[in-house]
Amino acid sequence: MQVLYFAWVRQKVGVGAEEVAPPPDVADVAGLMRWLSGRSPGHAAAFANAGAIRAAVNQDFAAPDRRLSPGDEVAFFPPVTGG
Amino acid sequence: MTTAAAPGVRVQEAPFDLSAESAALTAGREDVGAVASFVGLCRADDGLAALVLEHYPGMTERAIAGIAAEACERWPLTGCTVVHRVGRLRPGEPIVLVLTASPHRAAALESCAFLIDWLKTGAPFWKREEFTDGRGERWVEAKAEDDAAAARWAARAGSAAA
Repeated sequence: MQVLYFAWVRQKVGVGAEEVAPPPDVADVAGLMRWLSGRSPGHAAAFANAGAIRAAVNQDFAAPDRRLSPGDEVAFFPPVTGG
Repeated sequence: MTTAAAPGVRVQEAPFDLSAESAALTAGREDVGAVASFVGLCRADDGLAALVLEHYPGMTERAIAGIAAEACERWPLTGCTVVHRVGRLRPGEPIVLVLTASPHRAAALESCAFLIDWLKTGAPFWKREEFTDGRGERWVEAKAEDDAAAARWAARAGSAAA
């Protein structure tokens, strides 16, 4: 599973993208965030306030209860500030 | 019946040319009665040296195209163009261009406002501020008034996000 990070989430995690293989019990976006938090202090800092983070699955915005499949592209980022 | 050209959506570092983009929307057509434009600029707030804009290549273009397609469904547009810049932009530089063309002005003006309101809340861009006075940098936080501005257009399909 490809995971992408943007803006301050990327800065805290320390990389912009990584390939991960979470265990089968990681079923949805919220579960993936919890599991990623355990990978490093940077991940833990990035996901410390899960409510401040938005997600996309396969390049569509996704809610925390969105189910995941092994080949998904999942992205985590702050609320958007374009325009 | 209004025949809409496919929305033109671009994300780029380079500046854009408002006149050329507007001319491209009307070239060869006689059914356009109005072109509305919005240009967003980098404003020099409080010692700002530059804005650095980041996007999610692929998803950003898809999200804008989805918003533009909805504008074409809700209003009788003959075409629309969205150009959003990324990278480091200094105060005074243009950031975003929205153009809408229609037989009538109300549709052009309303759809242009709809597009910029939704771009601010529904397309993945992030702004980082750099300052002139050694304060370092700061990520711009999403604003509640931007959510309210988008919400006044009522629910968009599939706009759970941001």
